[in-house]
Order: sequence, then structure tokens, then C-alpha cells
Amino acid sequence: MVNFIARRLLSGLITIWFIATATFFAMHAVPGDPLTQEKAMSPAVRAQLEARYGLDKPLIEQYQLFMSNMLRGDFGISFTQENRSVNDIIREHFPISATLGIAAVLIALVGGISAGSAAAYCKNRWPDRVVMIAVIAAISVPGFVIAGLAQLVIVALNNAAETTLLPVAGWGSVSQIWVPALVLGLGTMAYLSRIMRASMLEVLSADFNIAAKAKGVNGWRLFFHHQLRNAVLPVVTELGPTIAAITTGGFVVELIFAIPGLGRYFVQAVQQLDYTVIMGTTVFYGAFLVLVVVLVDISYGLIDPRIRLHRGRS
Amino acid sequence: MAKTLLSRFIVLRSLSTQLIASCLFILVISAPANAQAVDAAQAKVTLALATEPPTLNSAVATDTIAGFILSHLMEGLLVYDANGQLAAGVAERWQLDADGASFWLRESARWSDGKPVTAHDFVFAWRHALKPTTASQYAFIFYPVKNAEAVNNGKLPESELGVRAVSDYELRVEFGQPCPYFLSLAAFMTFLPMREDVLDHWGSRYAADSDKLVFNGAFVLEKWIHGAHLRLRKNSQYWQADSVKINEIDMPYITADPSAQFNLFRDGQIAIAPLDTGLLNEAVERGFDIEYFHTGSLFFLEFNFREGRITANRSFRKAVQRLIDPDLLVNKIIGLPGIKPAYSLFPVTVKGMKDPFREEYPVMRVDPDIAAAREYLAQAKEELGLDKFPPLVLLAGDSPRALQEAEYYQYLFKKGLGIELRIDQQVFKQRIEKMRRGDFDIVAAAWGPDYDDIMTFADLFASWNENNRGRYSNPLYDRWIRLAQHSSDTRTRFNAMAQIQRIVVEDVPILPTYENGSLYVQNPRLKGVRRSIFGGDPFFRYAWIEQ
Repeated sequence: MVNFIARRLLSGLITIWFIATATFFAMHAVPGDPLTQEKAMSPAVRAQLEARYGLDKPLIEQYQLFMSNMLRGDFGISFTQENRSVNDIIREHFPISATLGIAAVLIALVGGISAGSAAAYCKNRWPDRVVMIAVIAAISVPGFVIAGLAQLVIVALNNAAETTLLPVAGWGSVSQIWVPALVLGLGTMAYLSRIMRASMLEVLSADFNIAAKAKGVNGWRLFFHHQLRNAVLPVVTELGPTIAAITTGGFVVELIFAIPGLGRYFVQAVQQLDYTVIMGTTVFYGAFLVLVVVLVDISYGLIDPRIRLHRGRS
Repeated sequence: MAKTLLSRFIVLRSLSTQLIASCLFILVISAPANAQAVDAAQAKVTLALATEPPTLNSAVATDTIAGFILSHLMEGLLVYDANGQLAAGVAERWQLDADGASFWLRESARWSDGKPVTAHDFVFAWRHALKPTTASQYAFIFYPVKNAEAVNNGKLPESELGVRAVSDYELRVEFGQPCPYFLSLAAFMTFLPMREDVLDHWGSRYAADSDKLVFNGAFVLEKWIHGAHLRLRKNSQYWQADSVKINEIDMPYITADPSAQFNLFRDGQIAIAPLDTGLLNEAVERGFDIEYFHTGSLFFLEFNFREGRITANRSFRKAVQRLIDPDLLVNKIIGLPGIKPAYSLFPVTVKGMKDPFREEYPVMRVDPDIAAAREYLAQAKEELGLDKFPPLVLLAGDSPRALQEAEYYQYLFKKGLGIELRIDQQVFKQRIEKMRRGDFDIVAAAWGPDYDDIMTFADLFASWNENNRGRYSNPLYDRWIRLAQHSSDTRTRFNAMAQIQRIVVEDVPILPTYENGSLYVQNPRLKGVRRSIFGGDPFFRYAWIEQ
């Protein structure tokens, strides 16, 4: 197991190095640079700024400098947010994206597993149909439409109640988390429902399930111990990339609900060619993704009884 | 068996119902205290910001959001009053002459920490803005001040800059060239005072947080959570604090999405929301009052004059001029009230000697005429020795409106002139970079005024201007600009400007298309908010809330 984790971590580090290098050169290949502004700059001002940010050095030297700074955990100063370090931006805004993302994953997980199981239990009857239609709708309608619709519904609700039942946007109180988290998690919830349904159907017709029932196991014990634990594995496999995608892919939701998460900085940085923020957020998210995937691999071993057996032998 | 499964499902379902119910309960009890767009009792206004100000350091700030915030936090020598006219700020009186200006500062002006605002704070701020290491992008705006350009380029020490404190309360500015519009510059963001001790203390962290700068304006920055929340509170040290009626401007939402802002407005959470085409219809349906103001900016098609470009041919440009009807573009294609068709380099908001420039010097109108356009095109073909025009590249922005506009031109070129126009749609920075490199035939560009004088538009197409992206070069144009820059006689200046206006129509270095306007909805109880091109927008210094 230790060997396995070490191998995964090493390949993770190589992946991060590759992401950083590829992003660095791709970003410099795009026309324009962070100093490009609507109004032209005098050559003297431009020279000063280039010197301040090290843009006057040859590209390969800039790359070396970036890499050595990165190893020391320093991503430099943002170009667009004059006085802020990229480290500060990540430190202040990632927890917000993460909170939103975790809430979204929880909603998606609980919703997806229950809806998928219910659909499998009622295969080809109306609850199944309802769930599957909802799944298709949630997967095919883009997030910004759902976000906009959710906001319209809230406004209508609040106007009807003549008080603030739910906040329309903003960040800072618990009540401001749930709606954006639901919107953010909806697509994933739908996707997980489908996986859960398929996998649960398989389990329901499996020999061990029939054997368990024949032994007289029923009720919650049958569901949680025998069916869910086996059926949920494919969902857990999806969880790693899902968590990473949700915590990083919240740009639209963050924009529409005015949430100061890192996703917004990530996308804006690309639009504004804010080199340091692009590199900082990309490497950070890359590392985060790698870490989550490794963690899921480990948790896989904890949940699946068969994988645990394997560990016992080695 | 089926029965047990079903009952299981029912249990699950009732469980989830309970879960949803308890979630809703949590949601409802933890909803924030019913925030209101306007609160008369507390004299509080709540707003949303499109983006966070990139910096609040007045020496380097360039964007409109920073301009809006700074106009509330700081006060310059002069200010724009409730009607958008120049009025006394920190300076209680002043004198403008041909070779300089003197300002006498009021002794009652205070910083938020209680220290007096003195002439030294202005001298320091201006020198700091011009220091080469500050790399201020607005340094050029100081260039009429004596030695400003040389100081900015590091050729002279900053002590040589033509500004000095005669006493604590008297400031003298020497000009290097006539600057009849200097009073409006004195109200501009980069000319705001700065405290040397505060800057020294915070160094590169200056103005990075609400506690890292001091204020001499009507408000102080009470709270700044990056990317999330800004709050301004009335400055008790402000010399005119008695006349400031708003106690608090709270901005707990930062989102560039107009729909989100509109939803917040409809929900009564914010007092002002901008409108785009889609939202305009909705606002009209809901019976909101639609407000409007002219942003002062000009949109135009700019031609590329670099070697070998077809667009460098005058007959070709005349053909395009005869092809495009700004009136049709504005009314049929853009269809947003408040946007005006443009016919001159100078928008209708530009000031003349006494009245608006366009009233004093009406522009010669060239009416669209497809037959004339084709005649010019035939002439261009002959002059260029072409059998057929190759496809041309139209560089455009990535907004829905920019695309709509570009597609309209594409249609007109094909239908009217038989020329294929290829749309090169680019995000902001890439478009600017392609403009700089000259990687286009025609570009849909825009210009907003920097200062309250006609020259902010006029010198745009002088051959030496870095913002002249098409590299238009006309000795006659340059000569009129030089004449106006070196003349302190108002009539001479504006006569020269009339010549510039004529050259733009006759030689078509650019083709003006429309003058931009901004539409918005505003809470009807909020009064006296000034919307204007100069002096910070929107401006709440003179606003109040009706009971």
C-alpha cells in the first residue's frame, strides 16, 4: 500500500510539473501580455513595468525563475490586482470555492445515490421515469441557465412572500450557500444517479443479493450492508474527478451568485492574461486534482471488501 | 417482496422529505437580516459592483470602478458638483493664466486621521505619479505641466517638475505648454493628493486594504473584503460633512453579470442596476423607470494605413463611408435607446467655447448612397490596379453587440460592394494586441475621454499618438493639432478643431458609428445621484434618500 501511494504521488508530481510547463509556454504563446491595456502605454512606462515583473528577460530565464519560485511556494504578485500576491488570492478565495464545492458534492452525492437507488428499485415504473427525465434535463441544460432560473424563482418567491426567504446572491451567511451549491451540484447529481441506477440494477439481480435475501436479511440491513456498499463503488470512483471539477468549475455559479471564489479569479486571469495568477491557480488546481485522485484510490481500498482482502495478502 | 421494497421506498421518501424540510428550515432561519436597497433611517444605500477595483492607489489607478470609489474617498483641488460643473474642492480659489495656475487651499480640509491637507500632499502625489518607477499609465496626462515628460522618462529629477508648494496652503503649477483645460485635470483621479508618510509606511502594500490608506473625501473605506465586499462610510473629518446626506454605501455583491444585478434589484437588495438589451425589455414590461446617461465614448471603424493595405486607399474608405448608415445601425441593429448615431470624431457631449462644440461647429454630413459607394469602389479598384478585391479582415470584440454589429457590416460589404469581410472576433487583450501589431484591415474600436477637453479626442489620430492603431499619418492633421496645443487663444484652438472634424469626414481615417449611452434602473426613493462622464460615476456625494 505504501509503495502504491508513493508511486501515485511521484506520478502526481510529474503531472504537476508537466501542467506547469505546458501552461507556462502556452500562455506566453497567446498574443498580448498582462500589460496590454485599452490605452497605449508610453515605451518608458512599459519598460518599467516589464522590468518590475521580469517580462524583459528571455522566456527560458523567466521559466527558470518561475520554477524556482514555485518550489519555494511563491507564485508572485498579480498583474491585475496590483498589491496582492497570488498566494493571498488562493488563500483567501479557495476556501470559499471549496466550501461551495463540498456542499455541492454532498448534495450531489446524497441526491444521486437516493435518486439512483429509488429508480433502480422501481425500474420501469413512474418513479424511475421521473428520475430519468430529470437526469436528462439536468445533464443537458447548461449551468448558467439553471443558475439564472434558480435566481428568478428566488426573486419570485421573495416578492410573493414580501420578505427575503432566500438570498438572491452574495456570500457570507449559511443561507447563501445552498442554492448555488444545489445548482453547482445538479449536473453531477444527475450523472451520479444514472451510474447509481445502473450499478444498483446489477446488484439487485446478483447472486449474492438473492442469497442474502434467502438468508432472511431484509430492510435497512439488506440495503446498506449488501446492496448499497456494492453498488456505490462506481460512484466513489467518479467522486475524485467530480470533487475536483466542482470545486474548480464553479465559475458561472460564482459569477451569477456573486460568490468571491477562486473559480472566478481563475477564469478572469485567463481572460486578462494575468500570468502569475494563471500559473498559481493552474498549478494549485492541478495539485489539488492529483491529490484528490490519490485519496480516492486509497478510499477505494477501504470501501471495497475485495480490495481490502487483497491488501491483507500483500 | 415487491411490497417490502415499496414500503422501503416510501420510508426513504419520507426521510428525504424530512431532510428537505429541515434544510428549508435552516435556510429560512439563517437568512440575512432583511437587507434593503435603500434605508432612509440609516441613510444607507446598497449597491452591486461589476468588478473589484484593481487598486485604490490614485497614482496608478486607470479603470472606472477605481474612479468611482476614489471619487468618494478622495477630493482633489477641484471637484465636479451636483450638476457636473467644476467647483471648489480642497482649493477654495484658483487662478489660471497662460503659463500656469495657482491654487489656494482651504485650511479646514482634513485627512481622515485629522491631519490637515496641504499643498505638499499634492506636490508629493504628482511627483510620485510621474516617477519612472511608479510606471503610472496616466502619467501622460501631466505632460502640459513643465518638465513632466522629462521627469517621467527619467531625464530630469522629480524636483524639476513644474509644481511647488509656495506655502502650506498655496500651490503653484508652471505649464510647459498652454493648458486651458487644466482646471478639469485638477479634478482628475491621478491629480488627487497623497500622503507621503502613509505611502512610506506601507510601501508596496499601500492601498491594498481599507486600513492602508487615508482619505480626504466625503467618505472613508470602512471595509474591503477582496472580491466580495466594500463598504464606504461618511467621513466625519470631511470639511463639508454636514452637507453629505448618505451615511453608508454598502457593496456586498461583486458580479459582472447584468442579469444577476437585475435580479438583485428586483428583489429590492440593490438600488441601481445596469440594463442590456434583454433586460431592457423586461424592465419595460415590469414598468420600471428607465434611466439613461451618455457615457461620452465614441465607437468607430478604424482603417489600417500600413503599407500594402487596401484600406490605405482613400477612394476605398470613401466607398465604405457611403455604404454604412450609422442611423440604421443604431436604430435597427443595436436597437438600444440611449445609443446615438455618430457623425463626427467629437461626440455631442464635447464642450466648445461656450456651448457644446457640435452646436458651435456643426459637422458636414455625408449621406449613405449605394451608387456613390460603388463609384468610389470602382475608382479604388483602378487606383489599386486590382481586378477583384480580396477578402478583408474585420477585427471585432467578443461581446454579443460587437458580433451583431460586425455581422451587419459583413452583410453590407457583401451585398453593397461584393467584398467578403472576414470577422476576426477576439477577446479583449488579444484584440488590443492585434490592433497594436496592425493585424487587421478594419477594426471596430472605441474611445472614452480621459479629460474634459476636446483634445482628448482630437489628438487621437495624430501621427505620434500611440493609440492611433491604424497608423494614420496626415501632415495637415498633425499641423492643426500642434497649432491647437500651442495656442492659448480659445477661438484659434476651436477653429483648429473644426478643421480636424472636417479632415475626419473628408479623408475618413476612421468612420464614426455610434456614441455610447448607458441604461439603468434606479430605486425611486434614491435621489440626487449624479451620472456623468467626469468626476466619478455614479456619484453619491450629493445624493439623499426620500422617506
